[in-house]
Amino acid sequence: MSTSPTLPVSLAANPRLSSWIRFAADGEVTVSPGKVEIGQGIVTALAQIAADELDIDIVRVRMVRASTAASPNEGVTSGSLSIQQSGRALRHACAEIRRIFLAAAADRFGVETRALEISDGTIYGPGNISTSYWELADEVSLDRDATPGATPKPVARRALAGHSAARLDIPDKVFAQPRFIHDTALPGLLHGRVMRPEMSRAKLAGLDETAARAVAGLIAIVRDGSFSGVVCDTERAAEAALRGLRKGATWSQGEALPDENDLAAFLKAQPIESTVIDKRTSDRPAQAARTVRRQYTRPYIAHASIAPSCAMAQWDGDRVHVWTHSQGVYLLRADLALVLELPVEHITVEHLEGAGCYGHNPADDVALDAVLLAKAAAGRPVRVQWSRADEMTHAPFGAAMAIEIEAGLDARNEIMSWHHAIWSNGHAARPGRAAKPALLAGFELGNAFPRVISGNPPQANGGGGDRNSVPLYDFPSWTVESHRLLTMPIRTSALRTLGAQGNVFAIESFLDEIAAEHGEDPVAFRLRHLTDERAKDVIRTAARGANWKPAQKPGTGYGIGFARYKNTGAYCAAVAEIEGEEDIRVKRLTLAVDVGEVINPDGVINQIEGGAIQATSWVLKERVRFDATRITSNSWTEYPILRFSEVPAVQVDIVQRPEIEPVGAGEAAHGPVTAAIANAVFDCLGVRVRDLPITRDRLIAAMNSSS
Amino acid sequence: MPHTRFRLNGVATEVDADPDTMLLDVLRGRLGLTGAHFGCGAGECGACHVIVGDHAVSACDTPLWSVADKEVTTPEGLGSADKPHPLQRAFIAEQALQCGYCVPGILMSAAALLRQNPHPSETEVRAALDRNLCRCGSHNRMVRAVLRAAQEMAAP
Repeated sequence: MSTSPTLPVSLAANPRLSSWIRFAADGEVTVSPGKVEIGQGIVTALAQIAADELDIDIVRVRMVRASTAASPNEGVTSGSLSIQQSGRALRHACAEIRRIFLAAAADRFGVETRALEISDGTIYGPGNISTSYWELADEVSLDRDATPGATPKPVARRALAGHSAARLDIPDKVFAQPRFIHDTALPGLLHGRVMRPEMSRAKLAGLDETAARAVAGLIAIVRDGSFSGVVCDTERAAEAALRGLRKGATWSQGEALPDENDLAAFLKAQPIESTVIDKRTSDRPAQAARTVRRQYTRPYIAHASIAPSCAMAQWDGDRVHVWTHSQGVYLLRADLALVLELPVEHITVEHLEGAGCYGHNPADDVALDAVLLAKAAAGRPVRVQWSRADEMTHAPFGAAMAIEIEAGLDARNEIMSWHHAIWSNGHAARPGRAAKPALLAGFELGNAFPRVISGNPPQANGGGGDRNSVPLYDFPSWTVESHRLLTMPIRTSALRTLGAQGNVFAIESFLDEIAAEHGEDPVAFRLRHLTDERAKDVIRTAARGANWKPAQKPGTGYGIGFARYKNTGAYCAAVAEIEGEEDIRVKRLTLAVDVGEVINPDGVINQIEGGAIQATSWVLKERVRFDATRITSNSWTEYPILRFSEVPAVQVDIVQRPEIEPVGAGEAAHGPVTAAIANAVFDCLGVRVRDLPITRDRLIAAMNSSS
Repeated sequence: MPHTRFRLNGVATEVDADPDTMLLDVLRGRLGLTGAHFGCGAGECGACHVIVGDHAVSACDTPLWSVADKEVTTPEGLGSADKPHPLQRAFIAEQALQCGYCVPGILMSAAALLRQNPHPSETEVRAALDRNLCRCGSHNRMVRAVLRAAQEMAAP
C-alpha cells in the first residue's frame, strides 16, 4: 500500500510559498516563520534549515518577526514543537522553491536541471553560464501554493543542520542594543499602568480619582467595571498616578483561596471531570500478593520571567496595532477581537521579543491592558508594563497536582498492575482557542466575560495534566485517570511541561521505591522494564556519564530519572548527585538526550542544560504562596529561585539519531531531573519526600513520618 | 529643578531632574539608554545593574543624587560590536544566554568583579553574580564566559 505524499502541517495551513520566503534583488533572503523567539534559539535553527535547503550562506538570511499582517499562521510557539512544525514546513517550502528556480534557470539556459548546481544562491550551468535566485526573482513568482512531494535534501548533504551555528540574536543582546519590546521606542509613546486588587478577585467598589488627577503628566484615567488604569507622559508619572489611584480605590471582599499547606486535600475535594487516559489489560490476570499506594504532590509554580510583561498598542480610528511578546500573535488577535467586538482584520498583532516566558505568562494579558488604555490616548501609542508584584500574583500559574499511584505486586515484588490518578486544575487556558476570551482584563470589565476554567489538551496533542502519565515501562496492565477540577480559585495555565513534571516525578519516584524494595539497582530495574532501545540508550548514556553508581559516601546521594517527553518527543535521562544534611544541594546533573536529528547541537545542549537548572530550582525552592485571601509570594524574596552559587554542574550528552525526524528539546529535562533529585535524596538520607518542593521543612516532615 | 552632574560612560553629563528620581528612570526615560533593564524595582534581581565607581549597583533603587560627581558605567558603556569588551566577546563565544534579558546586568556585575579581582576563581565568579537572577538556566555558561574573559584580559 502506498500513501500519497502530504504537506507538513504548518505548510498545509499556510501553503502560499511567498508567505515563507522572499528574495530581494540585492541578494537578501527573507524568511518569515510563524513561530517566535522566546530565548530558545528557534530563529537561528530555522535560518539554518532554510539556508541549507536553498543552498545559501546563512548571512544572507533575514528572519522576520511574526505579525498577523503577513506571517504564516502557526498557532502558538509552545510544546517544543517549533522544529517539528515550522522546521518541517520551511524545509519543504525551500525544497520546492529550490526546484522551481532550478527549472526556471534550466529554461533560460536550455539545459536539463540536473546540469545545474547552486552555490550560495548562484545557479551555475555548463560552461560559464550562471544566474541566481535574486536575478530570477522577478520572473519566478512564489505567489503559488506548495505542492506535496518536494524532496528535501538527504541528511548527509545538509551543510548547516547538525552544526552549532551561532545564535543570530545574541550580539544585540550582549551589546545592549534595543531588541526587547521593553526597550523599543515609538514616536509619541505614552506610558500606562493598570491597577489590580491585592485580595484575590476583589471587585472595584469605588474609585476616588483625586490623588491620581493631581499627578503632573497625567493624560487619562480609564475605568470600566473593575478594570482601571492610568495613562501618563512618562513611566515615572504613570507609577505616581497608579499610587494615587490605589489611595482612592475601595474593593469588595475577594474570593477565598485554599489551604496552601494541604493542597492534596483541596484538589481531591473539588468537583471534577474524570477521564480514563489509557488502559492496558493483561491477558493473564493474576491475584496481587500485595498492593503499594503512594501520593505525590507538586505546588503551583510561577513562570516568574525576569522581565515583567509588557505591550504597546496604538489606535487609528477603529483599527488597532499591537506590539506583544505573546507566543501566538494570531491567537491573541482572536481574543482581542472578541473583547473589542471588532473584526480581526481591524487588529494587527506584531511580535517583539520579550524575556523567556516558560509558558503562558501575562504576555497576552498585558496586551489587552495596553489596547484598553490606548483607547484614551487619542491615537498615540501606549506602553504598559506590569509590576513585579503583579507578574508574581496575577499571572496564570503552573497547576498544582496530586498524583496517586497504586501498584499490585506479585510474590516476588514484580509489578502486575498499575493505577495512576491525577487531581489537578487544567493546564491550558491560552487565548484564541474558545468562543470566550481568556485575557485577564476581560474578566474585570463592567460587561465582564466569565473566568475561563482551564482545560487540558487531548492526549493526541500530548495531553495536559495527564502529560507523561502513561507508563513507558512494560507493566502487564495499567489504568491512568485524570481528574480535572471544575473550580479554579487560583488561575492556572500552561507552564513548561504542563503535567509532565509532576507525573514523571511520581512515576519515577514510585519505581525507585519498588526497585529499592527489590534491592535492585534503579538503573538495572528500569532497563529490565523497557523495550524501546532509544529509551535504554539515553539511560545507559547518562549512567555511564555519571560513572553510575559511585560508592556510597556519607552525605552524598545519587538518583536517576527518565522520560520520553509527551511519550512521543525527546528521550531524556538524568542522574543527580546531591549533598544533603539539613539542606539539599544538587552538585551535579548528568543528562543524556535523544531528539532525533539535531539541527543545532549547542542549541539542544543549551535548552537541556537550562531546563535542568530550572527544574532544580522548581524542586528545591519554588512554591507559589498564599493565605486565605491573596497570593503572598509577590517578590523575589517571597518567591526565591536558584542562584548562581546554588546551580549544579550540568553535563549533557546527545545521543545522535540523524536519520530520525527532529523533535524539540525545551521541555525534555524537567521531569527526569525532578525525579533524579528526589531519588538522590532517598539515596542520601533514606527518606522519601513525596511533596515538592524538597525544602528543609519537607525533609524534616518526611523524616518524622518515616521514623 | 536642581542639576545633578556625573560622568556617564566616560562623558560629563548633567541631568535636570528631581534628585530623588531613581537612576534607572533617568537612564531609560530621560537619557534613552535602555541597556539597563527593569526587572523588579526593588534591587532583588540585578537586571538593572550598572557600575558606580567600582561597584555594581541596582539602578532601580539608586537615587540620582547619590551618583553626583561619580563615574557611572551602563551596559552601553562596556563595549560595542566594533569595540567589544572581552566579556562581550566571551559571552558570544560561549553562547552564554537563552533569552538574554538578564545579561546586561550580569555583564555589569562581572565587569565590576574583574576590575577588583582580575583573576577570580569559579567560586568567586559565582559569588559576584549571586545578586543577579537568571531564569533560563544559563548560569554555568555565563560563569565560563566570565572566566574566559578574565583569562583573555590577563594574557600579555
